[in-house]
Amino acid sequence: MYQFPLLTLLIWLPIVGGIAVLASGDRSASTSKWTALGFAVLTFVSSLWLWFGFDPGTAEMQFAERVAWIPTFDVYYALGVDGISMPLIILTAFITIFVVIAGWEVISYKPSQYMAAFLIMEGVMIGVFSALDAVLFYVFWEAMLIPMFIIIGVWGGPNRVYATIKFFIYTFFGSVFMLVALIYLYFQAGSFSILDFHALELGMTAQTLIFIAFLLAFAVKVPMFPVHTWLPDAHVEAPTGGSVILAAIMLKIGGYGFLRFSMPIAPDASAALAWLIIAMSLIAVVYIGFVALAQRDMKKLIAYSSIAHMGFVTLGFFIVFAIVQNSTAGAGAVMGVEGGLVQMISHGFISGALFLCVGVLYDRVHSREIADYGGVVNTMPWFGAFFVYFAMANSGLPGTSGFVGEFMVILATFRANFWWALLAATTLILAAAYTLWMIKRVVFGPVANDKVAALKDLDRRETFNLSALAAVVLALGLWPAPLLEVMHTSVEHLVTQVTTCKLPAEEVGACVLSRPEPLAAVAQP
Amino acid sequence: MENVYLTIVLAPLVGAIVAGFFGGRIGRVGAHSVTIAGVGLSTLLSLWVLGRFIWADEPVFDGAVYTWLVSDGMRFEVGFLVDKLTAMMMATVTFVSLMVHIYTIGYMADDAHNWPEGALTGRNSYQRFFSYISLFTFSMLMLVMANNFMQLFFGWEAVGLVSYLLIGFWSTRDSATFAGLKAFLVNRVGDFGFLLGIAAVAMYFGTLDYAEVFAAAPGLAGTEVALFGGVSLMTLVCVLLFIGAMGKSAQVPFHVWLPDSMEGPTPISALIHAATMVTAGIFMVARMSPLYELSEVALSFVLIVGATTAFFMGLVGLVQNDIKRVVAYSTLSQLGYMVTALGASAYAAGVFHLMTHAFFKALLFLAAGSVIIAVHHNQDIRQMGGIRKYMPITWLTALIGSLALIGFPGFSGFFSKDAIIAAVNQTELFGGGYAALLLTLGVLVTALYSFRMYFLVFHGKPRMDDHTREHLHETPKVVTIPLVMLAIPSVFIGWFAIEPMLINDWFASGDWSPIMVAPEHDTLAHLREHWHGQGAFVMHALGTPTLMLALGGLVFAALVWWAIAARKPDIDAKLLALGGPLTRLLQNKYGFDDFNQRFLAGGARLLGQTFWNRGDQTLIDDGMVNGSARSVGRMAGVLRLLQTGYLYHYAIAMIVGLVGLMTIFVTL
Repeated sequence: MYQFPLLTLLIWLPIVGGIAVLASGDRSASTSKWTALGFAVLTFVSSLWLWFGFDPGTAEMQFAERVAWIPTFDVYYALGVDGISMPLIILTAFITIFVVIAGWEVISYKPSQYMAAFLIMEGVMIGVFSALDAVLFYVFWEAMLIPMFIIIGVWGGPNRVYATIKFFIYTFFGSVFMLVALIYLYFQAGSFSILDFHALELGMTAQTLIFIAFLLAFAVKVPMFPVHTWLPDAHVEAPTGGSVILAAIMLKIGGYGFLRFSMPIAPDASAALAWLIIAMSLIAVVYIGFVALAQRDMKKLIAYSSIAHMGFVTLGFFIVFAIVQNSTAGAGAVMGVEGGLVQMISHGFISGALFLCVGVLYDRVHSREIADYGGVVNTMPWFGAFFVYFAMANSGLPGTSGFVGEFMVILATFRANFWWALLAATTLILAAAYTLWMIKRVVFGPVANDKVAALKDLDRRETFNLSALAAVVLALGLWPAPLLEVMHTSVEHLVTQVTTCKLPAEEVGACVLSRPEPLAAVAQP
Repeated sequence: MENVYLTIVLAPLVGAIVAGFFGGRIGRVGAHSVTIAGVGLSTLLSLWVLGRFIWADEPVFDGAVYTWLVSDGMRFEVGFLVDKLTAMMMATVTFVSLMVHIYTIGYMADDAHNWPEGALTGRNSYQRFFSYISLFTFSMLMLVMANNFMQLFFGWEAVGLVSYLLIGFWSTRDSATFAGLKAFLVNRVGDFGFLLGIAAVAMYFGTLDYAEVFAAAPGLAGTEVALFGGVSLMTLVCVLLFIGAMGKSAQVPFHVWLPDSMEGPTPISALIHAATMVTAGIFMVARMSPLYELSEVALSFVLIVGATTAFFMGLVGLVQNDIKRVVAYSTLSQLGYMVTALGASAYAAGVFHLMTHAFFKALLFLAAGSVIIAVHHNQDIRQMGGIRKYMPITWLTALIGSLALIGFPGFSGFFSKDAIIAAVNQTELFGGGYAALLLTLGVLVTALYSFRMYFLVFHGKPRMDDHTREHLHETPKVVTIPLVMLAIPSVFIGWFAIEPMLINDWFASGDWSPIMVAPEHDTLAHLREHWHGQGAFVMHALGTPTLMLALGGLVFAALVWWAIAARKPDIDAKLLALGGPLTRLLQNKYGFDDFNQRFLAGGARLLGQTFWNRGDQTLIDDGMVNGSARSVGRMAGVLRLLQTGYLYHYAIAMIVGLVGLMTIFVTL
């Protein structure tokens, strides 16, 4: 049966668009901007077909495509999505539109190349989320670094060179180990198909090494404590659009990696090392929460806040293993993973919006220092309203999307361990403290200086951006059910997968996860 | 009925949205019309619903509006549970809110003066204020009408959000934004416990639906949780939930936000202190009575916290000179009474006092606001005096409010407070004696601070400057009408409501009883058994020490701050000086604020700074990240020595290598 290659379209449409924008050059800046916007919108509209054409009743890969790419090494151009990756692709396509609009007037230096970089970035990121072949995944994964490297390095702030190199080496360092793991898995499975990797029986030592290799790659991307320090630097130096993409989507790729690779490929090692990830996540929530409190730079503050919020993602994912080992917990494993996923999507919107808000101020005053502001709401009431709103969403206010994921993860964590839940719940206090204290100093109070007194409120372009994100944050907060519905079957499948012991017969004694019973054994009375 | 309930909730929301987003276009009249219409509609429908419950035997409604999400077999829904408890709360909330809305027209009429020149925030502040108070009403209605813990938490936090916006309403004042932030954060500390309580419910009950949880509760009464060496599940859940209530209902030590909330405009003080927000905790515990009844430890905890707040916060009220702060501390103290009642399992009495208090406290605040308007926003009671003559309606209604507050026989506060004290006297729980003693002494304190304020404000010689005195006159009708409307229930509601609410078990409808009391905790039974009508209740109270204390306090206050103060105006200051260290302790509010500011807020900032400098910057960045970069650099520096670029170096190396290899090969 012929199936329209929708995922190919979603990957290559923005890349082709990017090349077209690049080719058109800076002769007519407005043409290239409109072309870029056109491609971004077109990609987003096409991505909606994923949503409507998606069958939430199955955990199978959908919209699958498979073409031989490098037959000698069994490498395929294999694409497909399930309920885990599909919402992330739509998020990517959605956010890119606002990035293009946000750079509309601000970027005067080589605007066409700026737009092109983001479009290519979009295609590559969609590629990461939809690749089902490990080599293809790796290619997209590394390719992602190039546009981001350029975006920060060319349009970034004064210290951009340090930041880009730190960013590049950090992330590259992690991914090299992942490559080794992927090649090892190829020799074991005889193919590069990720789904084949999932089915592979692996001993504990192999699993542990693979898990650590993946961990190095994904922990840097998320980023998790203690490999997080590249993020604040990258954010501070990145242009607004770069920060938005970084926070809204690139961080999610780390979380996605855990779900697609680490957990299903090495479930027993994941279970054995879950304590480590949980500890790192809780440190992210508490320690980073305090660090955020000490920031004087708005972008750094939001960057640290992102790390803390991503702590909930990894916590939600790995709490699964603690729940299945706690006999009194009952259910809750699925809720943890779903909570983590919702948190990823929600954080995409909220952190993106917060970086846009800081961008709005930066474009006018050219400072990110909290101390340079004060009483902004007096001259920018609409902006103030949006900023406070997104700050509240960042503090996890019910009714906004920021609440949903945290709520679910806390409920799930409680089933595993009271004290972990207690630590996780400190976010209620910490997130409110660092976010709203910033708001108090920036937005409220008397007008601080002449620059603030001269501020102009949002223009139509900015208003459009922030209103659209605000609407999504509200909608997801008031009615998250549809989002959970599309991911539910896939997550349940994943949880069954990761809670089933994969150790070979001779190591079966080491299984802490449930073992698949042979059918014959079940049939006997 | 579902549509009626939806309308009640959504009408204020619609008003808030219209006034908030289109305030500039519809203007002031448009904004207050639309919000008052919304809240007015809610009020009418709520009263109608209440009426149906009283006279028409309306069945309990428990239904979902929509499914918020389903995960892991758990359904999270948005839905309503409307029984008699809810209906009473709805009527109280919407009625008080409506009065506050109307009053606001007068109070905020010249709000433009409160903003600096040219601030765009001041342009539509009037409309924005109406939008916020309507949103407040919506949030509170969501809270009281919830049929599950998730929605309860939604309303709980939404109330916190709006209080943040309203307390910090005058956003150019640092003290206001500070108070708003403080209120939000202190509430968040409470919510932290609350959320964990909800998580415990979700884990052990497998549902967040009230009806299902309450039905399952007796079966889980014996469950132990492996924490602190084994603790009863019910105790854990109830204490955690109560920590949330301590935040919202401002119980020690989470009370610190409430006096500061006076930074907001007076109408919201009335709203926060009377009907919305602070009553949330009381309502929540009453709603959860089927759980609290199963844990005597939790009840004792509630009892002790409540009694401590009731007495010690009342004492602080004695030394306050800001008219609003006196009333604020009285709120703290009265909330303590309600909480103590809950701890004594007299939930009905707690809720009864919540209702009477809502009316007379809203009245007192609005009256205080009326005075504040008249004296041009000077809130110091030492610079008032003699206002009685100039503002007869405000004076009379404030007198009614004060009498109701101290529990003067026949007034609404008398019935509710006496019922609480009677119930607490009966409790056999740990801490019962302590609570009974403090509540009884608290009556004296209440009478003292209430009438100290009353006499200083309304009687004696005018102490304000001449300019202010010449302009003193009664406030406009939009201000005085709500005062009168609130004064009526402040006098009568107790007389009419005590019999159904406390004696005849009105709350139960059919087999659904929102307030459950275990027979061994039934502290209201004594009152019920000896009930011979309201008249007898009043007569019986005449001989009790409680009333002696109240009247004694009133007489003492009249003597000191009226009779003696007429001749010796400095008597107030002298009395305070007489207190010595005690006065200073009270003026420092027992040091809670200093402690929090220095150790909690300062400590958190210091910790953050340390983590950042020592951890992130020094250890991770300088040590690990740049450190490894440096060591790569050093290694490269060593290796670089091999790559000099001089041909003769390479030639030498080649020769040495060749000779070396040949030697090896030859010797082998």
